[in-house]
Amino acid sequence: MSTYPLLSLAIWIPIFAGLVVLTTGGDRNAPLARMLSLIGAVVAFLVTIPLWINFDIANGGMQFVELKTWIPRFNINYHLGVDGISMLFVILNAFITIIVVAAGWEVIQQKVAQYNAAFLIMSGLMNGIFTSLDGVLFYVFFEASLIPLYLIIGVWGGPNRVYAAFKFFLYTLFGSLLFLLALMYLFIQSGGSFSILEWHKLPIPLGPQVWLFLAFMIAFAVKVPMWPVHTWLPDAHVEAPTGGSIVLAAIALKLGAYGFLRFSLPIAPDASHELSGLVVALSLIAVVYIGFVALVQADMKKLVAYSSIAHMGFVTLGFFMFSSMGIEGALVQMVSHGFVSGAMFFCIGVMYDRVHSRQIADYGGVVNTMPKFAALFMLFTMANAGLPATSGFVGEFMVILGAVKYNFWVAFAAASSMVIGAAYSLWMYKRVIFGDVANHHVAELTDINKREFAILAVLAIATLWMGVYPQPFTEVMHASVNDLLHHVAISKIQ
Amino acid sequence: MFDNFVVPNLLPAAPEIFLVIMALAILLIDLTVKDSRRTVTFVLTQLTLIGCAAIQFATSTGEIGYTFSNMFVDDLMSDLLKLFLYMTVIIVLFYSRGYVIDRAAMNKGEYYVLALFATLGMMVMISANHFVTIYIGLELLSLSLYAMVAMNRDSVVSTEAAMKYFVLGALASGLLLYGMSMIYGATGTLEITAIAERLYSGGVNRTVMVFGLVFLVAGLAFKLGVVPFHMWIPDVYHGAPTSVTLFIGSAPKLAAFAIVMRLLVNGLITLAQDWQSMLIILSVLSMAIGNLAAIAQTNFKRMLAYSAISHMGFMLLGIVTGVVGGDARYALNAYSSAMFYVIAYVLMSAGTFGMILMMSRAGFEADELEDLKGLNKRSPWFAGVMLMLMFSMAGVPFFIGFFAKFSVLQAVVAAGYIWLAIVAVLFSLIGAFYYLRVVKLMYFDAPADETPLSAGMDMRILISANGLAVAFLGLFPQVIMSLCAYALLRSL
Repeated sequence: MSTYPLLSLAIWIPIFAGLVVLTTGGDRNAPLARMLSLIGAVVAFLVTIPLWINFDIANGGMQFVELKTWIPRFNINYHLGVDGISMLFVILNAFITIIVVAAGWEVIQQKVAQYNAAFLIMSGLMNGIFTSLDGVLFYVFFEASLIPLYLIIGVWGGPNRVYAAFKFFLYTLFGSLLFLLALMYLFIQSGGSFSILEWHKLPIPLGPQVWLFLAFMIAFAVKVPMWPVHTWLPDAHVEAPTGGSIVLAAIALKLGAYGFLRFSLPIAPDASHELSGLVVALSLIAVVYIGFVALVQADMKKLVAYSSIAHMGFVTLGFFMFSSMGIEGALVQMVSHGFVSGAMFFCIGVMYDRVHSRQIADYGGVVNTMPKFAALFMLFTMANAGLPATSGFVGEFMVILGAVKYNFWVAFAAASSMVIGAAYSLWMYKRVIFGDVANHHVAELTDINKREFAILAVLAIATLWMGVYPQPFTEVMHASVNDLLHHVAISKIQ
Repeated sequence: MFDNFVVPNLLPAAPEIFLVIMALAILLIDLTVKDSRRTVTFVLTQLTLIGCAAIQFATSTGEIGYTFSNMFVDDLMSDLLKLFLYMTVIIVLFYSRGYVIDRAAMNKGEYYVLALFATLGMMVMISANHFVTIYIGLELLSLSLYAMVAMNRDSVVSTEAAMKYFVLGALASGLLLYGMSMIYGATGTLEITAIAERLYSGGVNRTVMVFGLVFLVAGLAFKLGVVPFHMWIPDVYHGAPTSVTLFIGSAPKLAAFAIVMRLLVNGLITLAQDWQSMLIILSVLSMAIGNLAAIAQTNFKRMLAYSAISHMGFMLLGIVTGVVGGDARYALNAYSSAMFYVIAYVLMSAGTFGMILMMSRAGFEADELEDLKGLNKRSPWFAGVMLMLMFSMAGVPFFIGFFAKFSVLQAVVAAGYIWLAIVAVLFSLIGAFYYLRVVKLMYFDAPADETPLSAGMDMRILISANGLAVAFLGLFPQVIMSLCAYALLRSL
C-alpha cells in the first residue's frame, strides 16, 4: 500500500490546478489556460490510478484511509477512505474531467480560464464527496460542489440558463439542508461523533430511522434524480454547455445514488427494508414512465436527460433488491452510465457546435456527411439501449436478475425498459443520422476532427471493455458490497 | 470629607479611558489639520483603536473583574468581543476613507471622532454589569450614530433616515428603560449580578418581573433589529451614507449581542423559559420576513438590511436554546454558537458593504443591485470576492457563514427543537435565492457600465483580505469557535 496521501491528492490537485488556471486571467491567455487545465486533469487522473492497482480486493473495509482532526470543537475530522463502492467513482470522475477539458477545447472561447477552473474545482470537490468518511466533510463537499455547477450552467449555458441554474441550485439545496439536520441528529445520538463508519454501527429505534431515511432520501432523490423530483435535470441539461452536461450526467447524478449506499442503507437498514416498496415503486416509475417521456422528446439533449433518469431508476431499483447481484449491477450501471451518457452528450455537443440546434427535426441524413461520427454515435446509442457486449447491458442485466429473485413482476416491469430504451435511442438515431440529407446545414457538416475522434474513441473502448469483460470492475466491488449487505441484514432496533 | 471616597480599580476599564482621552485629543488636533484628506486624523484614530487593542490584550487577566461599584465588568467574553470590535471598526474606517474624502459634507474630523465615541459606547455596553451602564453605553452609541447618519446633511434621504432612526431609537430606549424600572421595582437593584441573585433566592414578584421582561425584550429586539421591531433597519440602511451603513451594519451587532447576554443570560437566566419563548417568536418572524422581503428589493443596501434582519433572527436561535426545561447543560454550546454567528456575520457584512463602497465613486453610489451587473467582466477578482461573501451569507460551505449556521443549528437540534431547526433551514433556502441573484447579476449578466474599478490599492488589499478571511475561516473555523466557547466558559 502506498504511503502517499493519494486521496488528498485526488481532491486537492484538481482544485489547486483550477486556482492556478484562474490566475492566467483573461482570454488573451486562453491557450495557456487550456494547456494548464489539461495538465492538471491528467495529473489528477494519474494519481488515482494507484488506487486501483494497489486496491486490495479481499478487503471490504476502507482503504487508503487518512485521518486528521479538523474541527475538534465538534469532533469533525478530515477522514478519507475508499472501498470497493467508491473507488471506481473517484477514477471515473478524474477520467471524465480530462474528457470535459478536451471537449471544451475549441468550443469554449469566452472566459476560458474560468470555465476550465470551474470544472477542475468541481472535480476535486466531487472526489471529496466520494472519499469522505466524516458526515460534515461529506456535506461540505456535497454542497460546495453546487457552486461551480451553478456558475457553469449560468455563465456558459443556453438561452434559458438563468432559470435552469437557479432551479438546479435551489432544488438540490433544499434536499441537502434536511440532510444536514439528519447529520446533526446522528451526531447527538451517537454521543458526539460525525464518523460515518461509527454511525453504521449505531442502534436507532425504528421511528427515528424512518425520519432519517426520509431526510436522506429527499437529499439523494433530488440528486439522483428520482421521479417525481427529477424536473430540474432536463432543464439543467438542456441549458448547460456540453461539458456541464457530461459532468452532470456522468458524475453528479452518481452522488445521490452513492449517498443511498453510504448513508441510507447502512445507517437506517430497518427503515430501508420497511420503505423499500416506496423506493422500488418510484424507481419503476422512473424506468417505465420516464422512458415513455423520453420517447416523445423533440430535443436530443432532453431525450438523453430523460433516458438518464430512467437509467438511474435502474440503479436505485438495484440497491433496494438487497442482494449482491442487484447492488453490484447497479454499481456497474452507474459506471457504465458515466461513460455512455457522457459520450451521448458529447455526440450531441459535436452536432450542436456545427448546426447550433438540438432539435431532432433539424437533422436527418447526417451519416452522409459525417460517416465516422455516425459509426461511433451508433455504438453509444446501442450502449444506451442496453445492447449486449456494451457496458449498458451488463448492469441492466444484473439488476434484472436481482429483481427476479425479489419479485417477478418488478423484474418484468424493469425488463420492459430494455424495449423502451431501444425504442427511444434507436428512433432518435434513425431520425438524426439516417434518411436523406435534411437541409443545407446538414449538407455542410464536416466530420469529426482528431480531437473529437480521440475523445469518442477512448469512451468507446471503455464502453466495450466494460461490456465484454466486466470482471475487473465487479471484482473490486464484491467484498465491500458483501460487507454492506451484512450491515443491512442486521437490525438496528434494540 | 473624602473618607468614603475609594479610588476604583481603573485597570479593567483602561481601554475605555485611553479611548476617551484620545478621542478628545483628536477632536482638538483635528482643528489644526489643513490637509483636505485628513490623513493625520485618520491615522491617529486608527492608532487609537490599535492602542485600545494592545491595552485590552495587556490587561486581560482571564478572570472576571468588577469595578466602579460592580457597574462595570471585565471578563473574557468582553475582552474577546472588544478585540473583534476594534478590528471591525479599524476595517470599517479603512473602507470608508475613500468614500468620505469624495463627499465634502462628511469629510470632517468629527466623522472619525464620532466613530470613536460610538466605539466607546459599544465598549461600555459590552462591559456593562448595571442597567445604568448599559443605558449610558447604548445612548452614547446611538447618539453618535444619529449624527453620523445625518452627516451628509444635503441629502434628503439621509436626513430622513436620521430622523427616523432618532425617533424610533428614542422609543426603543424608552421601552428598555421602562422594562428596567419594572425590574428595579421587583428586585430593588439595578446591578445585573445582584438581580440574578435576588431572583435565584426567590421572593420576587413574578408578574412585575415578566411585565418588565416584555419591555426589556422589546427594547433589545429594537436594537438588534428583529421583527416586529425592525422597521427602522431598511430605511436607515438605505438612507444612511454607505460608509455609515457599513458601520451600523457591522460593529453594533457585537454590542447588541453582548447586552442580550448581559441582561438575559447573566441577569435573568432564572426567567429563561419566559424570554426564550418570546425570542423564539421574534426569531422565526425575523427569518420569515427578513428573507421574504429581501427577495423583493432592488436596492442592494435595502436587501442587505433585510438580510441583516434574517441573520439576527438566526443568531437568536442560539440564544433561545441555552436552557431546556430548566436544564442549562446546553447553555455554553448554544451561547457560544450564537457568539460565533455574530462574529462571522460581522465579518461578512463588513466585506459586503465594503464592496459597495469600493464600487462607488465621487458622485456615484453603487447601491442598486443593477450596479453589480457584469462585475465579473469588470473585475474577475472582486467578483470572486463578492461571490465568496454571498455564498458565505447564504450558508454554503466552505465559507465561514456555513459553520456559523452549522454551529447554531446543532445547538438547536441538541436542545431538541427539531421543528425550529427545520423552519430555520427552510428560510435559509429562501434566503439563498437572493444571494444567488447577486451572483447571477455579477456573472451571468453583461455589464451596464464598463468603467474599471477606481479604488485605491489599500482598499483593494483590505477587501481581498476580508474575502479571503471568509474563505480561510471557513476552512479552519476551529480557532474562533473554540475562542468563543472558552471565553464564555470563563465568563458565565
